[in-house]
Amino acid sequence: MDRHLIIEHIPRLRRYARALVGDRYVADDLVQDTLERAWNKFYLWRAGSDLRAWLFTIMHNVFVNQARRRRHEIEQAMDELPAVAVRATQGDHLELQEVDRVLRSLSAEQREVILLVAVEQLTYEQVSRALDIPIGTVMSRLSRARERMRQLLGGQSVMPLKVVK
Amino acid sequence: MKPVSEAELHAYVDGGLSESATAEIEAWLRAHSEDAERMRAYSEQNAALRSLYDSVLDEPVPAALLAVRSSAWRRYAAAAAIFALGIGLGWMVRGTFITPQIVPVSLARLAATAHAVYSPEVRHPVEVTANEEEHLVGWLSKRLGTTLKAPKLAPLGYELVGGRLLSGPQGPVAHFMYQDGRGQRLTLYVSRQRGEPRDTAFRFSQEDRVSVFYWVDGNFGYALSGEMKREQLLQVAEVVYKQLNP
Repeated sequence: MDRHLIIEHIPRLRRYARALVGDRYVADDLVQDTLERAWNKFYLWRAGSDLRAWLFTIMHNVFVNQARRRRHEIEQAMDELPAVAVRATQGDHLELQEVDRVLRSLSAEQREVILLVAVEQLTYEQVSRALDIPIGTVMSRLSRARERMRQLLGGQSVMPLKVVK
Repeated sequence: MKPVSEAELHAYVDGGLSESATAEIEAWLRAHSEDAERMRAYSEQNAALRSLYDSVLDEPVPAALLAVRSSAWRRYAAAAAIFALGIGLGWMVRGTFITPQIVPVSLARLAATAHAVYSPEVRHPVEVTANEEEHLVGWLSKRLGTTLKAPKLAPLGYELVGGRLLSGPQGPVAHFMYQDGRGQRLTLYVSRQRGEPRDTAFRFSQEDRVSVFYWVDGNFGYALSGEMKREQLLQVAEVVYKQLNP
């Protein structure tokens, strides 16, 4: 059992956790809990299979359990919240801080998928395995996350402006 | 032109298509400006998200994360040790259960363990040395909530080395160490005892190589430990007992 196998993945686990939860310390706590569980369950990992995807699976489970514990973290209703456009850019360069703010407004489920695809560059099959959801669900969450971000970032007006007389 | 699926469009954005499939999508996008605009926005999102978070990869990994395995292992080892101690104590308690003196058994055991841990220390046998005896006794008295005394054993050839504060099952423990001219060490373990104040007789216990004389006086348990024969330790223990119970 070679600890370097897991250690070399820590930077990417930290990147994903940071993007997922936002706060640096909360993110590192998530990584720490993930690593502890990974060490305890390392014997369950099949040598030769994708260790990184396995670690993301563990992190997903830890994240979901923590979110369940902290009720305010449950964001399943976020989809139904009214969308508020950040500003109407003419498709010019995206402001990174706005992108981050919009990312936070996604549901946790959508955020996981878009980050695993866009930042971690997992294949859709790997995302499907990591989150233990069918590939069709991966695609629909990805599609909705991207479209919601596009709308909120002003790529398309969200609602017609009322003409005030 | 063959219609393309939403999934194929995303796969195109994420670079997951073969060369020929990519060419097909590009042809589609040339003819469908709305989809083309959407895919351009999605690609921008990918790039923006990466540039937001790629810098985390360059941060040094916090030591706490690198140490995770060893800390998990330490917790396991500590739990195993406590479990083993529990079995050991349970076993000893079983042997003495007919008498109500359960606490002193663990007192002797704890004192012997502390003796075995600290007496071989060469450089740091104590926290506060005998040079500051007044400070040492005052400090430990304050922590235990009683007036302690460090017995004077010079007439028997043992000088106070110093003492330290330990953590015991009932809270703080005062630990005094003595040494003779040949480097033979004795330790006196003083801890608060649970339950009603009471007195017990002077008892002896052999814990592996460590001999222990111990007794309970009111709310406090005392244990004198040394790696020596019972008769030898008894001489010292009687002096200690008399000094502490004048």
